[in-house]
Amino acid sequence: MSEQQPDENGKEPLMQRVLDNPFILLFVGVAFPSVLYLVWGIMEIVSVPLGQ
Amino acid sequence: MNNTLFRVCPDTGLKFHRPAETLMKANAVAAVVFLLVGGFYALLVGLTRWQAVHLLAADQFYMVLTLHGLNVLIFWILFFEIALLYFCSSTLLGCRLAAPRFAWVGFALMLIGAVMNNVIVLQGNSSVMMTSYAPMGAHPVFYLSLILFAVGALIGCFVFFGTLVIAKDEKTYEGSVSLVTFGAITAAIIAVFTIISGAIILIPTLLWSLDLIAHIDALMYRLIWWGFGHSSQQINVSAHIAIWYAIAAIMFGAKPLSEKVSRMAFLMYILFLQLASVHHLLVDPGLSSEFKMFNTSYAMYLAVMASMVHGLTVPGSIEAAQRAKGLNNGLFEWLRKAPWGNPTFSGMFISLVGFGFLGGISGVVMGTEQINILLHNTLYVPGHFHATVVIGTTLAFMALTYWLVPILFRRELVMKKLASWQPYLFGGGMAGVALFLMGAGTVGVPRRHWDISFSDAAGAVYEFPGAANTMLALNGVFVILAVAGGAAFCVIVVASLLFGKKLGEDEKSPVPLIAEPPADADYEGIGSGTITVPGTLVFALVFFASFAIYYFVNWKYLGETWGIS
Ligand code: HEM
Ligand SMILES: [Cu+2]
Repeated sequence: MSEQQPDENGKEPLMQRVLDNPFILLFVGVAFPSVLYLVWGIMEIVSVPLGQ
Repeated sequence: MNNTLFRVCPDTGLKFHRPAETLMKANAVAAVVFLLVGGFYALLVGLTRWQAVHLLAADQFYMVLTLHGLNVLIFWILFFEIALLYFCSSTLLGCRLAAPRFAWVGFALMLIGAVMNNVIVLQGNSSVMMTSYAPMGAHPVFYLSLILFAVGALIGCFVFFGTLVIAKDEKTYEGSVSLVTFGAITAAIIAVFTIISGAIILIPTLLWSLDLIAHIDALMYRLIWWGFGHSSQQINVSAHIAIWYAIAAIMFGAKPLSEKVSRMAFLMYILFLQLASVHHLLVDPGLSSEFKMFNTSYAMYLAVMASMVHGLTVPGSIEAAQRAKGLNNGLFEWLRKAPWGNPTFSGMFISLVGFGFLGGISGVVMGTEQINILLHNTLYVPGHFHATVVIGTTLAFMALTYWLVPILFRRELVMKKLASWQPYLFGGGMAGVALFLMGAGTVGVPRRHWDISFSDAAGAVYEFPGAANTMLALNGVFVILAVAGGAAFCVIVVASLLFGKKLGEDEKSPVPLIAEPPADADYEGIGSGTITVPGTLVFALVFFASFAIYYFVNWKYLGETWGIS
């Protein structure tokens, strides 16, 4: 995103640094659904009481 | 730079790393072969569901449905996506591909997995359909083949990420990667989560099929399987949207209305798209409404918003570029005078409209917890996803392929006339399939059902309204058109690769393959008044109106299902 200019300290804006780092994106892209979908879902299923 | 390792495309100036190029070709060819195989099975499935034709016997039907789903949804799409990942990293960033040998191992695993899978399903004892819900069991080789395929695809993703690192280290690009590459990064990230979920569920299921594990919980299987099954569809969405942006740039020299907004929309995909996996579990017991609502409403709407951003900035950027080139009259001159005879453009545009209007609207409607109960497991579901993954993804891949034949394979396209018709035939046929499957689903016809007249069941079980048979028959007619369109694509591509006129390495294609971007100054004063893209704005309003009306109709329909007394 070349339209954004580095600030006085010569650092790029935080959001741009995040978007430019595929490994941060990879981390959040795996962490988010793992927690909100897999872990949450598994916890709900595990807490269903067993039938007799 | 070592000249023998790279070639510069005379038409586009793109720099191809030769080992990467060979890998792209291999993956793309494998993709088309599996599309051809899967498309053939589609015909058999469609003709069986046409009650008056009822082609296959019951056991064959479920076997063929399994083959259809896996060959097109998994094998065609993923081989193509791996080729695309290599193109968007190595070629678009102009650097060498990381570890080509490793990439070949990945390709081999995918190929072995895909062939093994077809062989074992054809034996007839693994007709579990692509979802392979436990406790319905398949032969162990069935699960093993899918695991091999997935490991191969994961290797492809690692090679892609490795290539990004190389490009950065060797500084082959400046600033940020292009938006198209960013879309590919989004796809690859979602792919990693997808494959992890697949491994978590398929490995225990393999052990279970070998009697090494006693029990697989049905609900747990569905939860984790859909983390894989749904997310894999979001790889496709990210990939085909990256292609829309690419084709807008290739055909029109268009640049995104706002890079920043488009990138944020891809970020929303990375964060939220995969959570919508829960829409497959909306009628499952044991999961709370909080879990269902959070994931399919709040989170999903953020992802849907991102899709609308893409769906509007792509035509918006095309409109702006066309207006900058002087097609600035009225609302739609830019669109009327677009190259409708060029399958790369028409395919992309039909993909965009079909994905938005048919796939997008039906998806949001069906993903609403309350309405889902009306449509769950009916033919509405395949109706919806044929609009997304066939009109949306498959047609976008086809559109790009027409462009890649001269660029990547250095062959001129043959049967150009047929090619210019193909997107209409395939897109039109598929729109019919999607609509009539949805229509059948709306009157309650179940999906994956061999015979809704229950002819071999003692005593009629349920009588469907007459409209059901009509819908299935109309669907059958459009199945034939769509399959003809799909076959035309495969024939054109294979014939071009075999018999198309060879283009020398430095020989320019006789037709220009990339448009000059309009100069910045040309963008000044386009549109009417302060609105630079009025046509796209109208397009957006029509979309919202259709969406609102259709949403309302479904709530009304739901309201009538249970009267309040
Ligand atoms: C040549 C055009 C195609 C036609 C005419 C077609 C038609 C059909 C029909 C009639 C069904 C059966 C629905 C049922 O009875 O439940 C079906 C299922 C399916 N199709 Fe297609 N299809 C085509 C291409 C594709 C493509 C390109 C994809 C993916 C990229 C795809 C993915 C699927 C999947 C995943 C299923 C569900 C299988 C299952 O329920 O296990 N189809 N298709
Ligand atoms: Cu889904």
